[in-house]
Amino acid sequence: MFSPQLAARFDRLVTLYPVKRSALVPMLLYAQDEVGYLSEAVIAEVAERVGISELEVRNVISYYSLLRTKPAGKYHVQVCTNISCMLRGGNEILEHCKRKLNVPNKGVTPDGLFSLEEVECIGACSWAPAVQVNYDFHENLTPEKMDGVLAEYRGKAGQ
Amino acid sequence: MAYLTTHPDCVPLVSYRFGKGATSIDKYLEMEGYESARKALGLGPEGIINEMKASNLRGRGGAGFPTGLKWSFVPKQAAKPKYVLVNGDESEPGTCKDRLIFEHDPHSVIEGVIIAGLAIQAKMGFIYLRGEYRYLLKIMERAVEEAYAKGFLGKNIFGSGIDFDIVTQTGAGAYEVGEESALMESLEGKRGVPRIRPPFPAVVGLYGGPTIINNAETIATVPHIFRIGAAEYAKLGTERNGGTRLFCLSGHLERPGVYELPMGYNLKKMIYEVGGGIPGGKKLKAVVPGGSSTPVLLPEEIDIGMDFDQVGKAGSMLGSGGVVVLDETVCMVEFALRTMKFYRHESCGWCIPCREGTDWLQKSLTRLHEGGAVDKDIDNIRYLAENMLGRTFCPLGDAAAMPTIGFVKKFRKEFEDHLEGRGCPYHRAPEPEPALV
Repeated sequence: MFSPQLAARFDRLVTLYPVKRSALVPMLLYAQDEVGYLSEAVIAEVAERVGISELEVRNVISYYSLLRTKPAGKYHVQVCTNISCMLRGGNEILEHCKRKLNVPNKGVTPDGLFSLEEVECIGACSWAPAVQVNYDFHENLTPEKMDGVLAEYRGKAGQ
Repeated sequence: MAYLTTHPDCVPLVSYRFGKGATSIDKYLEMEGYESARKALGLGPEGIINEMKASNLRGRGGAGFPTGLKWSFVPKQAAKPKYVLVNGDESEPGTCKDRLIFEHDPHSVIEGVIIAGLAIQAKMGFIYLRGEYRYLLKIMERAVEEAYAKGFLGKNIFGSGIDFDIVTQTGAGAYEVGEESALMESLEGKRGVPRIRPPFPAVVGLYGGPTIINNAETIATVPHIFRIGAAEYAKLGTERNGGTRLFCLSGHLERPGVYELPMGYNLKKMIYEVGGGIPGGKKLKAVVPGGSSTPVLLPEEIDIGMDFDQVGKAGSMLGSGGVVVLDETVCMVEFALRTMKFYRHESCGWCIPCREGTDWLQKSLTRLHEGGAVDKDIDNIRYLAENMLGRTFCPLGDAAAMPTIGFVKKFRKEFEDHLEGRGCPYHRAPEPEPALV
């Protein structure tokens, strides 16, 4: 199911805490990073490793906004529109991304390269407006700079 | 990459090693690193707590509870293991300070955890970062490995005979997990819903053991207190508000940024001098002084010192240090709505007043902003918010209600301007000039 590196990481992770279950949230996140989303098979495997039921795993997944049970784009574009970003053009960045990628909020481009999501505060308030693509921050944005960011990822995918 | 911004009035204490390569343990050691932990070892639990009390350090997460006092609540004898838990789930809109600490000085967090552990005689500490801060987890994990390699963590730390372990991890996206009891639930691998208190975490916390939970900035400040001395540290701030803090300036400012300033620094000066004032010659309309959950201040209310007591006296809260500045072009109803949209999204749904209250308030504010509201709706918004206060397990309900009450109270006229089908005055086409008579 998982790469040998990730499996080894999981083996270690469950030993770090006083209870195995504490490893659940990080495990789900790392599994998602490798597989792309939390599929039925991933959920079953994680439940097995932590020693809880699949239902309990699903119950936790549905609570956290970064965890997903459906595939996202290769590059998940998360635009913050919370107060500090809103004051400096976060909504304009979101609208710009919708037009440029031709997808609605929470949409995925047909080639699977990009997905778009309006998100809550990402902790970049003093460098607003800001966007996170997967885990990378892009800050002090303008629509023009945003074009550059999207082009950069498109270029990466082409390599 | 997050970076510190400076101004001549800044006091680099917590930020003393920022941008100086102190992510590496060798550089950290060169700059007085881990000397505070050695000092603390010499002082013993009681000595550490006395020093912390004398520093007048108050929690940087938002509530401003005296840190030394919090540590003193942990019972000396306990049936279950004790823990130190660092809250790096920084998610309060307007706040982006802990990010800098993890990025530039990860060892200060580790050293702070060690000192806290020595104070309460814990054997284990956890550093919990928000899920979005994945790049910082890598930095923290590397720093923890370095500390293990040097013998500052693990068995027999600093040759003292004491064992201490640290585990770092991230969350997976949830504002609510920044609340201490929900944080413990999340760390135990569950949904982050709050626990009822009492018992308080200092008595029954993580895995049922006594636990101290501190904000990342609070913990990172600890080694600096032992570095310069508690009395010196206390002197940097104001009465009962020791030291400095990282203020996050955002919104309509010429120079937004994270600045380290003494506690009690004047807010007006912070906006006009440190932050460079409002761009484009526009007028100041309002200031949210301590993150999105703190009640708004009017321009005539900002000539105050930024410490917990003075901001409290002005009718708001110092909160998490996120100063959000609004110029005259902002529609306050829209701003209130965006704030509420956040709280509705983040309410964990555990307590009904919060779950239903935030939903209802978002709907009411949307209707008002779109021009479909009637006069009674304004009072209803305030009434609803007031009835959420103090009626939930955790402060998220209060965090949603308090700013809303403030917006209605201080900008009532603006709320009324949206009535009778008119909609937002800031978004509708300008009405034609009345003909001259």
